[in-house]
Amino acid sequence: MTTILSIHRLSKSFEGIRAVNNISFDLNEGELLAMIGPNGAGKSTCFNLINGQLVPDSGSIVIFGKKINGLKPRHIWRLGVGRTFQITSTFISMTVLENVQMALLSHHGRTLNVVRKVQNLFMDESIELLERVGMADQQDRACGTLAYGDLKRVELAVALANNPKLLLMDEPTAGMGPKERSRLMELTAEIVQTHRIGVLFTEHDMEVVFKHADRIIVLNQGKLVAQGCPEDVRRDTGVQEIYLGREEAARLEKII
Amino acid sequence: MGFLIVQFLTGLSDASGLFLVACGLSLIFGVSRIVNFAHGSFYMVGAYLAYYLIGYLPLGGLSFWASILISGLIVGLIGILVEVLLLKRLYRSPELFLLMGTFGLILVIQDLSRWLFGSEDLLGPRCPGLDGSIDILGTLLPQYDLALIIIALLILLAIWLLLNRTRWGILVRAATEDREMLAALGVNQSLLFTSVFFLGSFLAGLGGALQLPKGGADLLMDLNVIAGAFVVVVVGGMGSILGAYLAALLIGELSAFGVLVLPQSTLVMMFLIMAVVLIIRPYGLFGKGKSGEYEYDEKTSAPIQPASERLKLAGLGLLLLVLLMPLFAGDFQLVLMIEIAILALSSMSLYFMMGPGGMISFGHAVFFGGGAYAAALLVHHLNTPMELALFFAPLLVGLLALIIGWFCVRLSGVYLAMLTLAFAQICWSIVFQWSAFTGGDDGLLSIWPSDWASNRIVFYYLTMTLCIGGILILRHLVFTPFGYTLRACRDSALRVDSIGINLKRHQWFTFALTGFFAGLAGSIYVFSKGSVFPDEMAIPRSFDFLLMVLLGGIEALSGPVIGSAAFIWLHDLISRIHFWQLILGSIFIFLVVAFPRGIAGFLDNRFGRIFSNHIGPRA
Amino acid sequence: MRFVRRLVVFFTLILFLPFFYPAFSDAADTIKIGEINTYSKLTNFTFPYRNGWQLALEEINTAGGVNGKKLEVISRDDDGKPGQAVKIAEELVRKDKVILLMGSFFSHVGLALTDFAKRNKVLYIAAEPLSDALVWAKGNRYTFRLRPSTYMQAAMLAEKAAENPARRWATIAPNYAYGKDAVKSFKKILKAKRPDVEFVAEQWPALFKINAGSEIQSLANSKPEAIYNVTFGGDLAKFVREGNLRGIFKDVFVVSLLTGEPEYLDPLKKEAPEGWLVTGYPWYDIKTPAHDKFLAAYQNKFDATPRNGSVVGYNVMMTVAHMLKKSGSTDTEKMVDAMEGLAFESPIGPVTYRKIDHQSTMGAYVGYTAQKEGKGIMVEWQYMDGKDYLPGDEEVRKLRGK
Repeated sequence: MTTILSIHRLSKSFEGIRAVNNISFDLNEGELLAMIGPNGAGKSTCFNLINGQLVPDSGSIVIFGKKINGLKPRHIWRLGVGRTFQITSTFISMTVLENVQMALLSHHGRTLNVVRKVQNLFMDESIELLERVGMADQQDRACGTLAYGDLKRVELAVALANNPKLLLMDEPTAGMGPKERSRLMELTAEIVQTHRIGVLFTEHDMEVVFKHADRIIVLNQGKLVAQGCPEDVRRDTGVQEIYLGREEAARLEKII
Repeated sequence: MGFLIVQFLTGLSDASGLFLVACGLSLIFGVSRIVNFAHGSFYMVGAYLAYYLIGYLPLGGLSFWASILISGLIVGLIGILVEVLLLKRLYRSPELFLLMGTFGLILVIQDLSRWLFGSEDLLGPRCPGLDGSIDILGTLLPQYDLALIIIALLILLAIWLLLNRTRWGILVRAATEDREMLAALGVNQSLLFTSVFFLGSFLAGLGGALQLPKGGADLLMDLNVIAGAFVVVVVGGMGSILGAYLAALLIGELSAFGVLVLPQSTLVMMFLIMAVVLIIRPYGLFGKGKSGEYEYDEKTSAPIQPASERLKLAGLGLLLLVLLMPLFAGDFQLVLMIEIAILALSSMSLYFMMGPGGMISFGHAVFFGGGAYAAALLVHHLNTPMELALFFAPLLVGLLALIIGWFCVRLSGVYLAMLTLAFAQICWSIVFQWSAFTGGDDGLLSIWPSDWASNRIVFYYLTMTLCIGGILILRHLVFTPFGYTLRACRDSALRVDSIGINLKRHQWFTFALTGFFAGLAGSIYVFSKGSVFPDEMAIPRSFDFLLMVLLGGIEALSGPVIGSAAFIWLHDLISRIHFWQLILGSIFIFLVVAFPRGIAGFLDNRFGRIFSNHIGPRA
Repeated sequence: MRFVRRLVVFFTLILFLPFFYPAFSDAADTIKIGEINTYSKLTNFTFPYRNGWQLALEEINTAGGVNGKKLEVISRDDDGKPGQAVKIAEELVRKDKVILLMGSFFSHVGLALTDFAKRNKVLYIAAEPLSDALVWAKGNRYTFRLRPSTYMQAAMLAEKAAENPARRWATIAPNYAYGKDAVKSFKKILKAKRPDVEFVAEQWPALFKINAGSEIQSLANSKPEAIYNVTFGGDLAKFVREGNLRGIFKDVFVVSLLTGEPEYLDPLKKEAPEGWLVTGYPWYDIKTPAHDKFLAAYQNKFDATPRNGSVVGYNVMMTVAHMLKKSGSTDTEKMVDAMEGLAFESPIGPVTYRKIDHQSTMGAYVGYTAQKEGKGIMVEWQYMDGKDYLPGDEEVRKLRGK
């Protein structure tokens, strides 16, 4: 198995607070790795370090054997990293199809073309990508009018446009209903299998995590507290402490 | 020594005057994101009201201060009226259209003031008790200068207390920093906006009234003061009162000492300062990032569709009409058509930047006027024939646009718009002042077309070919990968970055394209008029283009063409009438209220179905 | 809302209707004159001017018009923009079929029309613009100018100023062509008459945006014995007030262009300066039959006192009438020929349009300012005939580049 993402002793502070504190982990080809932890554990910071939106204080991030510290997101994408956002971010003035076409135009280095019409470019490839995520039937709808779950799937199609070997998904199922969640994760798992992509995703829904993830890493207060297969993590007492406390509280709240 | 102290205090007093105008503007912008161009008009009304009140109030020495306060309050009430009757209706429409509403207000208030207050320049009364001077080491300083310095500081303190020590102030600050949060808190935004608008207008009126002893009231005050006020607000950081004070201080002192070293610097000093500050600090001295961004929502940006068969047919019909025009139209109608075509091309290039590009420019005239000057200078100094001038001028302007754009694309929203304004003003002042090369404000004359094109009809066809060609190319660009990428950059900077697109580079090239086509329009313009003057580069020209684009509507590709045709024809129709500004301003206000999507947007709404391709539902 | 929409459709249709009107011209029994000026800005100058030509027009037409036809003036606003002025000129000439153009206030607007006149072979009589270039560097066959130019007025002042012993001079002028021309001419002429004077400081405030305090302080810092001022309007008011408060006019001789014109002197009221050497128009004090008649008629018609603009407006209209009488034709070339050397008596003295440069010899009043009943007036004034303050033929030919 090839390691495609390797994090080594990664740290980042904001105004003296260590949001990410000396974290190391690897991600392999064809693996679905979940990153979990309570709010403020450092998941988002960690994610933004990997995708280039933040620059680490120390440590290294290596993707496909290349150290990417300090590279801009658009450069990291060029290495073959796809990405979806916690809050969907699509081009609202475009149709579903055009959103995917945009990613393909960029992938093929055609964004400065001032001669051809977009209408005729990369149609088949775009439709194929949309078919893969099950959005082909809505290809002419404006993104501004889509349901949230559909937007997430459009984002996935966009993220897949450059044939990524690594996919970063920040809360891919946030804001979706239970049925949709499971469908999206099944879809993701299938893509991972067929294309041998590595996926790193954060997730709040434990059910989704334990059902779909191949491996889980747990962050708490900026530190990596546990990692392993779902069964191991479930049994880890440290993790239980972090999570069960919360679930107890949630249960109590429901009763009241 | 006495001189230096007095010069410093004089600069401080000028700064205080600037701050008094700007602080209200900054408050209003911070909370409601309204770029209120009519702020200068409120200032002017404040000055006039106070002038007359001081004469009428029977309070002796007190009437001076009482009048100032009362005029401030009256202007505040006018502000409430404007906010409730006009602006409130517009909050839900795209923010840009508010600009057009406030432009309309300027025109309306201008003519109403002429009617109410008369056209005579009024010399302000002196301030009783403070009408002398004090001696500082042998140099005299007017007492009122000191009074202004203290008043400005008191107002700064009062606003600070209001913002930091009252519940209302906390809400205002919350609204300035995070609008969503405010909405989430369930605060009555409508009331908050109205109250802020009242306070801002009150301060404008107060500022106008307070400067009476330093000058007076005249009908040019509104526009004379507004540019400076905006510069102060932007340099300070929009929404920051302390920033506005420091910016005013910076500008006041640098101007006061600047005239010692370089007396000719008066035209450009303020804009130079703004350009430098914005290049170093993209959000002004105290500005927080993002607060000046324009938001595009789905209403402003439905997916674009290529022309349907019917639309193409209609366009062809229109083209035929334009081409056959010389057969039945009078000479002057051809002149008007030429002007419309030229300005439509220039507006279209601005639209390309504003609509798909999402970058607002307050300085578009620099490209249009730049093209006119480039062509005129080529002809004047190098005896270049018209054909070559038409070829090189747009290229030169494209180059200029690359230079200006390189700085501007680092910014966004209002800050970007203001930096374009700063560059436009800097270029304008170079053209204005460098008389040996550019002819200064006496302009360049006798720039006429080559012999073969000097026939009116030939020139008509030449203009139409170039302008319609340019417009169609720009239209085509919107449908190309470049145009799409540009829209993508506008829609989501985050997303384009994550699909490998260099946003700034595309925006930068947009500047070049915009410059090129506006430069082309400008170079044809100069041959159609025969002469060029710095006015073609000045602020009012930039605003003309902005108005044409907004009039047409920002979302429809045909907007700029319809907008400029409407603008010019409207202007021509009513400019024979007395008080035409009142009528034109009212029409603008009526238009923004009646159809906030612009004329083309409205036509699209109403008749769009006839021309649509029937692909899926429209957004 | 439905109603509003309908209104909008209706309105839009109306808006575009004129596109399809055929051009028409009516051959009525009037002679049409095109008049262009800045009526939406600077109205305190242009409204009295309009009164002036309206008065003259009335007098001409009650007397039966010219050559049996009445005169009709089509007056338009140029918004102070040269581009707009050229467009309106096109409209007046092509659509309204006027026989000639007159008017304009700003120099650059005047220059744009000058060029338009040359290109289209249309007679243009510039009324108020002062720019020297209008008749010299950019002068042409079709352009004439009524009002004494910047050079002439500066020359009148410089001649008088040379009599003052002051040697250290400072200048302040608005930062545009008019201000620069006015300073340049004044310096040149004063230096010629008084080689011992030196110019020790200069200030160039932006037009109507003077920072009076700091700029005056800078002037004062150079300890001038005399100041030459070109600012006007709102700038002048600020200049006067700040200067007084800062005590810089004490023991300083001030020479000020145009300040004696009621347009600029009246607004100053009781703060009007005293003892300044100015050009202007002391209508209250001119006791000639011609002026008395003009004054009475003006006050009778408008219930207001005349300003310098009123005289200019009156004279430009009268110019047209006299010219038409002389030419007996509305053919442009014949009218131009008639304009060259045209002479007539104006309320303030004889006016001749010089053949050599198309500048009229209308003069100006030069005198000292004083206070009377809380108002500024001119005293010890004298009318200076314009013909005495124009350069010699040789120099004019050089200036006109012929």
